[in-house]
Amino acid sequence: MKTINLCFRVHQRYNLKRYRFFEIGNDHYYYDDYANESAMAAAVEQSYLEANRMLLDMIKSSNGRFRVSFSISGLALEQFQQYAPEVIESFQELAKTGSVEFLATPYGHSLAALYNDDEFELQVKMQADKIQELFGKRPTVFANSGLLFSDEIADKVYRMGYKTIMIEDAKHVMGWKSAHYVYSSIANPKAKLLVRDSKLSDDINYRFSQWGWCEYPLTAEKFINWVNASPAEEEVFNIFLGYEAIGQLNSRESGIFEFFKALPYHAIEKGITFSTPSKTVETFKPVDSLSALYPMSWTDEEKDISAWCGNDLQNEALTKLYNLAERVHLCSDPLLKLDWQRLQDTAHFFFMTTKHYSNGVVLAQNIPYESPYEAFMNYMNVLSDFIERVNAQYPTSIENEELNALLKTIYNQGQEIEELKSKLKKTKK
Amino acid sequence: MKALMFGWEFPPHILGGLGTASYGLTRGMSMQPDMDITFVIPKPWGDEDQSFLRIIGANTVPVVWRDVDWDFVNNRIGSFLHPDTYYHFRNGIKYNFNRIGTNDLGCIQFSGRYPDNLLEEIGNYEAVASVLAHSLDFDIIHSHDWLTYPAGIFAKRISGKPMVIHVHATDYDRSRGNVNPDVYRIEKEGMDAADHIITVSNLTRQTVIEKYHQDPAKVTTVHNAVEPLDFVDELHKSERKDKVITFLGRITMQKGPEYFVEVAARVLASTDGVRFVMAGSGDMMDKMVRLAAKKGIADKFHFTGFLKGRNVYEMLAESDVYMMPSVSEPFGISPLEAMQCGTPSIISKQSGCAEILDHAIKTDYWDIDAMADYIHAIVKYPAMYKSLRENGLAEIDKIRWEYAGQKVRAIYDKVLGR
Repeated sequence: MKTINLCFRVHQRYNLKRYRFFEIGNDHYYYDDYANESAMAAAVEQSYLEANRMLLDMIKSSNGRFRVSFSISGLALEQFQQYAPEVIESFQELAKTGSVEFLATPYGHSLAALYNDDEFELQVKMQADKIQELFGKRPTVFANSGLLFSDEIADKVYRMGYKTIMIEDAKHVMGWKSAHYVYSSIANPKAKLLVRDSKLSDDINYRFSQWGWCEYPLTAEKFINWVNASPAEEEVFNIFLGYEAIGQLNSRESGIFEFFKALPYHAIEKGITFSTPSKTVETFKPVDSLSALYPMSWTDEEKDISAWCGNDLQNEALTKLYNLAERVHLCSDPLLKLDWQRLQDTAHFFFMTTKHYSNGVVLAQNIPYESPYEAFMNYMNVLSDFIERVNAQYPTSIENEELNALLKTIYNQGQEIEELKSKLKKTKK
Repeated sequence: MKALMFGWEFPPHILGGLGTASYGLTRGMSMQPDMDITFVIPKPWGDEDQSFLRIIGANTVPVVWRDVDWDFVNNRIGSFLHPDTYYHFRNGIKYNFNRIGTNDLGCIQFSGRYPDNLLEEIGNYEAVASVLAHSLDFDIIHSHDWLTYPAGIFAKRISGKPMVIHVHATDYDRSRGNVNPDVYRIEKEGMDAADHIITVSNLTRQTVIEKYHQDPAKVTTVHNAVEPLDFVDELHKSERKDKVITFLGRITMQKGPEYFVEVAARVLASTDGVRFVMAGSGDMMDKMVRLAAKKGIADKFHFTGFLKGRNVYEMLAESDVYMMPSVSEPFGISPLEAMQCGTPSIISKQSGCAEILDHAIKTDYWDIDAMADYIHAIVKYPAMYKSLRENGLAEIDKIRWEYAGQKVRAIYDKVLGR
């Protein structure tokens, strides 16, 4: 019996405003509110709200046989709360149907998994807390930012309590193996891996509206037939897309909504079911183990991390950023912590890539900078201000460990004082 | 393929970018085995590199018949021109140019510079062209910049061979829009008469099409390139406390020096350890000295005066940032030279070279904040400097005159219907 896992990643970055170096130390607000609000408004209007409504209808009309999952970053949830609380409500409605699963993912859509273990753990926890608070259920399956994955990450994630991980079917890791099975990680055999079918996913994501594509137009019937035509023993189809694929990347006029609406009918006809990651691993057992010595992801042709940390600019920015992690963890200023999450977004580093930059034109879409150098400069100006703020919290002359000890002492003494005060009160009475 | 080229300058005695570009282009074209270039300039000095082309000095070509014997000719101009060639040219005199003042050899004295009687020199150059057109064998005529267009036109009329003109600059660039009507007329006549027009950037191409009303199909861009530096290993950057930001070029309106001073003031207001250098000379130099003093940055803002030859590269190599805020630059070869030395460049979007450079910073010439910000970033964030330097070196290595020469050759073939 074949089954389809439809997963959507929902994320919106915080765009940085143009931040000149003479503002360092003077201006501590880093974001382009107009760009953020309008990007959010466009996504909500063209995609999120209507897609949510559509999925809700599909779940209801199929009596819960249609299932879907979401991996929503903390930053996206933050922006929903700020700009479009109605989206949260519509996700809550979806959650109530019981046919929807929410996946764990780093709060800041960050590369923390590669740079700082403490921060990584913290972010996954933050996001899970927020999901639980909003949707009433704690995630059990993990999907990293950009499906970032390696043996090391597999082990880390498993120890954090997530026994299933979504990964990309990177050729250099999969080799001849098919994405249509459940695998386990070689680093921790108990960690189960679900592999995204990049071909089928990208058919919907990138090729659906391309009339130059030889398979255009892609109908639900055709799509299900492809799934059905695979060998009988290949049973798990993980379709993982950015949620913007419905309505934004593929406009309403392309017929993307109708495509999704028709999927369950054709699937049920062929005896193909819909599932969620956690249900899938209950039904299917791992057939083999996979090993990824080096980090891999779902970006670009290379399916590696070179789009985020492939050049000197990116490495400098990331190193400077994560050098701060320990200090920031010791701080308690809530505004500082907020900025800390927002500055870790993978997008900031993607903008600095020189891979897509030639003949003076930035080839990758949606990059708000003229060149990688501009992106780097702007980010570093912001980061310089942020570093000053972090350093202003506690004297920089004190080492982190020493500071930690001092803070603990202060905290303990505070507690003691409180205790003594209350004792004093009692005795006075 | 035999090309007869008319130029005005040729290294080592050059006054501007035209000579450098002429040298690079002809050298690049000479890499094609069947390319035979004759390059005419008003006044050679005798120390030009003639290993890959033949140089003819217009001041050794007789335009008025004089009865002189072999030894006399050999004595006078033998080091430039073989006396037999002199007699060969003399047979090519078909018109009466007695109105022009000539010397005892029947040759015209050229200054080879840009004198006050420039228009007269341009006319005289035309006379020389007529003699050459009658006595030389060539397939195509190639004129570099407006000074040589009339010569090219005359040679074309006489020989019936097609003419290609090379627009290194237009008067719109030089004058910020206030064109000299005489210059415009000569430029326009040259473009009208040309079989094909080569421009050094799309920016210039647009000017040629819009301001000189040329058919776009007749205008092709061939970007300039740079010659590899053979002494690049000898250049070095000394260790010093302060970072150096350099402006290098003629200090004239076209180059936007006042923006450089403004940027310096903006950066110095909040950044330590930075010095600014304005190298070169020009009619706006005194004004810039006063402006720097007025801004109160004279202690960190330095002038070097005119630099030439190797000093230019040494200055570039010692710099941390090279800046060219030109208001209008048909091409602008100096950022490429800076990148050859491994120095990151900030250039204005209004320069032609911006069209082919990825790893140079591009801003609008008036965007002082952006330029200041980039300087701060290059000086303060090491990865920025390192990336621009390394990517720049790799990029510049691929911009070669050889490739530009091939493009010019393709145009020749097209014009000749080959």
